[in-house]
Amino acid sequence: MSESLRYIQAVNAALTWALDSRSDTVYFGEDVALPGGPFGATKGLHKRFGSERIFDTPISETGFLGMALGAAMTGLRPIAEIMYADFTFVAMDQIVNQIANIRYSSAGRWKAPLVIRMQQGYSPGACAQHSQSIEAYLAHTPGLRVALPSTPDDAYQMLRTAVVSDDPVVVAEARMLYPTRGPVRTDAPVEPVGGARVVRDGRDATVVAWSRMVPAALAAADELAAEGIETEVIDLRWLNPLDFETVGASISRTGRLVVAHEANLTGGFGAEIAARAASECFTDLRAPVARVAAPDVPMPAAPALQKAVVPEAAHVVEAVRRTVNR
Amino acid sequence: MGLPDDYRAMARIRRFEERLTALKDAGEIPGSIHLCNGQEAIPVGAARTLRDGDYVTATYRGHGWALARGVDMAGLFAEMMGRDSAVNGGRAASPYLSDPGRWFVGENSIVGAGVPIATGAALTAQRTGSGAVSVVSIGDGAMNQGNVHEALNMAAVLDLPLVLVVENNVYSEMSRIEDMVRVRQLAERAAGYGIPGRVVDGNDPDAVAEAVGEAVTRAREGSGPSIVEAMTERLVGHYSGDAQHYRPAGEVAAAREREPLARIRAAADADLAARLDVIDAEVAAEVEAAIAAARAVPYPDPATVKEYVYV
Ligand SMILES: Cc1ncc(C[n+]2csc(CCOP(=O)(O)OP(=O)(O)O)c2C)c(N)n1
Repeated sequence: MSESLRYIQAVNAALTWALDSRSDTVYFGEDVALPGGPFGATKGLHKRFGSERIFDTPISETGFLGMALGAAMTGLRPIAEIMYADFTFVAMDQIVNQIANIRYSSAGRWKAPLVIRMQQGYSPGACAQHSQSIEAYLAHTPGLRVALPSTPDDAYQMLRTAVVSDDPVVVAEARMLYPTRGPVRTDAPVEPVGGARVVRDGRDATVVAWSRMVPAALAAADELAAEGIETEVIDLRWLNPLDFETVGASISRTGRLVVAHEANLTGGFGAEIAARAASECFTDLRAPVARVAAPDVPMPAAPALQKAVVPEAAHVVEAVRRTVNR
Repeated sequence: MGLPDDYRAMARIRRFEERLTALKDAGEIPGSIHLCNGQEAIPVGAARTLRDGDYVTATYRGHGWALARGVDMAGLFAEMMGRDSAVNGGRAASPYLSDPGRWFVGENSIVGAGVPIATGAALTAQRTGSGAVSVVSIGDGAMNQGNVHEALNMAAVLDLPLVLVVENNVYSEMSRIEDMVRVRQLAERAAGYGIPGRVVDGNDPDAVAEAVGEAVTRAREGSGPSIVEAMTERLVGHYSGDAQHYRPAGEVAAAREREPLARIRAAADADLAARLDVIDAEVAAEVEAAIAAARAVPYPDPATVKEYVYV
């Protein structure tokens, strides 16, 4: 069975599924209960499940992520919501020093089955503190899983996967994609963690993207096809576990790689993909790896300035052309 | 319970840490260790009020809490020796060890970070109706960490069964607490969270047990968190190797007169003193046996270094 849902509705459906089917889940964050969340992700959940299962916290990200960890260690399966990914930085200790470490440092005697849900990326007029794409900071830390759904179906499937996972998972959604609509397989079995997906076949170049850059890469591929350039597009989906196999197999067919993300260039996760391609696919590559990313500036607020930094389909088109024409 | 039991429990911790220091000096313990010499009455008094299933979270200065809650002594030695211990397989060592089997949520070597985590254990107790409480110990300096503030307020608004024990040993590393806060007692801050706060003599296990017991009862009844500030003194440096040049002359010597074991000794008549001598001998034998058992634990296999990152 498949339903046509907007991305944000798919998130709501996955959370409904989680609270309904698993009695050990609890959901908390800021303005998530009666208010239904700033973007409507938890609309109706408080009415249906009550304060025992979904409740508002004070504006205390460190406090409630630590609470999620302690609760996960002792038998609950918390889902904690960070309103904007940017706010993660006030709570990095609980993510990096605590949540990510506990299983390893206890030799597997504790586990931390929790989900941190957040949304990220720029939107017109949002300032530098409400616009960042923070996935590289998270993917750097062993012990965390990192998921970036790009479609309504993945928003549903990957969030359910995260809930079921016995490891801590950060699900970073794309705010700009919340209004997008698509079919959601609401009765599909829960998928295992991980797995990149080839979302368009092509023989001339591989574009690896995630989150908002996936639809951008698909739009770019349409445009390039009109010029006779066939682009393979991979939605990486999970940065951890990283499915480089799918990427490498594609490079072996196309010989060309473009990595596209909205986050800043330097130290972005694209650098990791490029480095792996250099060490594992050296002989397959027929052109230097290209990266599409925001330049290394904080995100400006004015739309006129944002246009000058935010990567879009046109940047992917240009990067693929450059790569193919070498 | 009562005097001989408390004495034994505190003597075990003291002896454990004295031998730990010697092993460190002899090169058997890599890494830094933080001792609770002088503070033993706090975990011992508090543990008296707890049941199986109650959670305890401590700091890097948490050996006393681990022992008071029944974590295996030989396992602790082995863990600190960097061996493949049943405690944490050599992944944690002295400042970050834990034991789910004893509901010991664990130590933490990030100042204050255990308080939000302990709040989560309290959330589990509340949501599952298990009746457990969550006790968390921190130092005086940790009261200035934002994570402690966030967790205390959250525990208060959610009425969580949390008890915060502040072990006020006057110093945070090398700085005096009076230079870092404008309140006379840290427990005064409880008023800011709308929860009870008490100050007790942290060198007296009975006083600690009475105050923590009251807070535990309140928590179990669903009336929310409390703060207990236990006044104490460090007999040794902040960490192994701390020369303590920042402490005024005579301070440590005076503290040695007031520390919990010396106090019991000073008040003991000949009869009791003889019983305490027997306890000391038994404790010494137990500790030596634990060291011998720990030495028999192999070092972890480097081939296992990547295990346990993910389930
Ligand atoms: C976030 C953080 N900052 C600094 C340190 C370094 N540090 C370790 S212990 C300590 C002093 C803590 O003092 P207190 O809370 O009074 O506890 P005590 O050591 O006296 O038991 C400091 C500053 C740390 N481990 N974590």
